Amino acid sequence: MTVPPIASPAPEHLWPPQIPIETPADTLRALARHMLVSRTLDVEAVRWQRQGILPAFPPAFGQEAAQVGSAFALDKTRDMAFITYRDHGVIAALESDLTDYMGSHLALWNGGFADPNEARHTPLQAVVGSTGIQAMGWAYAQKLEGSGGAALAYFGDGASSQGDVHEAFNFASVMEAPVVFFVQNNQWSLSTPLHLQVAGGSIADRAAGYAMPSIKIDGDDVAEVFEATRVALDYAREHGPVVIEAFTYRRGPHATSDDPSRYRTLEEERMLGPDPVDRVKDAIADDSWWQRATADAEEAVAAVREGMTRPRYVHGDEMFDFVFQEKTPQIAAQQQQWREETDRD
Amino acid sequence: MTETLVPQGAVPTAQSLSTQQALNRAMRDILASDPKSLVFGEDVGKLGGVFRVTDGLQAEFGAERVIDTPLAESGILGMAAGLAMAGYRPIPEVQFDGFAYPAMNQLISQIARTNYRTRGTMPMQMVLRIPSYGGIRAPELHGESIESTLAHVPGLKVVSPSNPHQAYHLLRKAHEMPDPVMFMEPKSRYWNRGDVDFDNPGDLAGSLVAHEGEDLTIITWGAMVAKAVEVAELAAEDEVSIEVIDARWLKPLDEEGLVASVAKTGRAVVVHEAPRTAGLGAEIGQLLTERLWGRMQAPVERVTGYDVPTPAGDLEDEYIPGIDRILFGVQRSLEY
Repeated sequence: MTVPPIASPAPEHLWPPQIPIETPADTLRALARHMLVSRTLDVEAVRWQRQGILPAFPPAFGQEAAQVGSAFALDKTRDMAFITYRDHGVIAALESDLTDYMGSHLALWNGGFADPNEARHTPLQAVVGSTGIQAMGWAYAQKLEGSGGAALAYFGDGASSQGDVHEAFNFASVMEAPVVFFVQNNQWSLSTPLHLQVAGGSIADRAAGYAMPSIKIDGDDVAEVFEATRVALDYAREHGPVVIEAFTYRRGPHATSDDPSRYRTLEEERMLGPDPVDRVKDAIADDSWWQRATADAEEAVAAVREGMTRPRYVHGDEMFDFVFQEKTPQIAAQQQQWREETDRD
Repeated sequence: MTETLVPQGAVPTAQSLSTQQALNRAMRDILASDPKSLVFGEDVGKLGGVFRVTDGLQAEFGAERVIDTPLAESGILGMAAGLAMAGYRPIPEVQFDGFAYPAMNQLISQIARTNYRTRGTMPMQMVLRIPSYGGIRAPELHGESIESTLAHVPGLKVVSPSNPHQAYHLLRKAHEMPDPVMFMEPKSRYWNRGDVDFDNPGDLAGSLVAHEGEDLTIITWGAMVAKAVEVAELAAEDEVSIEVIDARWLKPLDEEGLVASVAKTGRAVVVHEAPRTAGLGAEIGQLLTERLWGRMQAPVERVTGYDVPTPAGDLEDEYIPGIDRILFGVQRSLEY
């Protein structure tokens, strides 16, 4: 049997581009507006949790550029984002309803209230390695239909250890499905640091083994994230999957229930330098515009709070009504019994 | 959708086929009439599957719709979930029952819940074909009976055909249902022939009376139906009249059909290949107790696999209920 050479041909080089891309000023401002909404929501939501409005919340401090920059590159007429539980920057950039999204963190409904086909993102995923393989199947459908749509699958360095991610890489590459795997390598999986999670430290480095091109970017530079994701999506539509690894840092706790001082030091956090919101503020360099954008973000998040303090009432019937499209007699009987025993008929 | 592939009246409406051929025909008819349908799994394309159930489908419908996937069951099911999210109606296969285990995350945490999670806006319309049960002297994890594991999961429906006619029509019916259907094919019966009446499916909901009787009801499904009918015929020689119910739908169970038969006979024996503890025999026994308390002549008997891993082929006959063990169960019930 002939032994093939060690390295297969190098996948296509996609980033950085040969001619540098200049992000238009108004695009940068649009990105910054969504980042400010994500940041303001984080600050407020931690407060709401302390006030007892929210049971728990996983903030995305530090990941605003990675989330907003990537999601803003989606074409909402034909693409779909597959998200996990720490992706509210994606929700902001897609202009999906943040109150619907917070329905999941409010413990009102598993995964939130958005209709995925309209909002162009799936419900938030708790088994974090699942986004990639489902995005792959969805993307394969787009290829069959010739819709030109592509899937953007979000997950992190922690999820990359799950077998589903590797199965997704392989399936997508074998079947040339138009999917971009967007890894937010934020250095932490709850309390487990990158060096204990990812052998070699990079998920993008693994892409070559699946014969996929990969892109490593500064995940704190929103313009770079946006442009690189556009390049990757365009490539995926034509040729098949791409891995983007956005290097960033989870500057907050894993969730409001977490105590990062048990596994990392304040010194480490202080050494990080300016965060992505500071950086886009410097890039825009327009204080009065920034003040207006900040006020707008605060207004938007105040509306979310308003929606959350008058939470949507979820009737217990819905627990029974959405299990199947065609309800079984057993569920119907249990529902009837529930109604009778709780006086709700 | 075109209703039929053949000109009306050009062929006789019933045809003698094996279960393997009937399933193959069902998928051919589905792929021809529903452009949103896809068949995929390990070795289902060129080879036609290890049991040849998908034989010829790739040649007819192309490698984009009849796909040889990589060897990864979670990937196969995750791909199916994504396709269903995009409005497709996939028919994935796991090659053997025991290989459904690596796919349980996608099955339980995703496929079974996506309709719920999305409040009905992303139905998981799909049929997962699972060659199931023992009886072919296969190695470990090739002869499992996982129906109660699947039936326990909210959001999944479970069906198991017992003959070629049922196989053809139940597969077509499952494909049209808007919820995920686990389709458990009795692999030891793939080669048994029977008439498939294409034009007259009969009632495809609920259970079926496979053999009429008056004295006792055997409730079973899949490959055990043929054995139960054999038992009924043997018992008839001793003037014991046994009714055999082919449950068909294991979720939802046809409560009315099962209760009606046992209300008539007063005695029930549940037969399944799966291990006994927390098996569907217990569920059916409880159902009959609730509905027929005081009206049965004997407690519900169970003739099942034991609470042991499905043994290797050499011990298979000790594990899978055989004619003698079913007859012992019948005798225990009659002599109670």
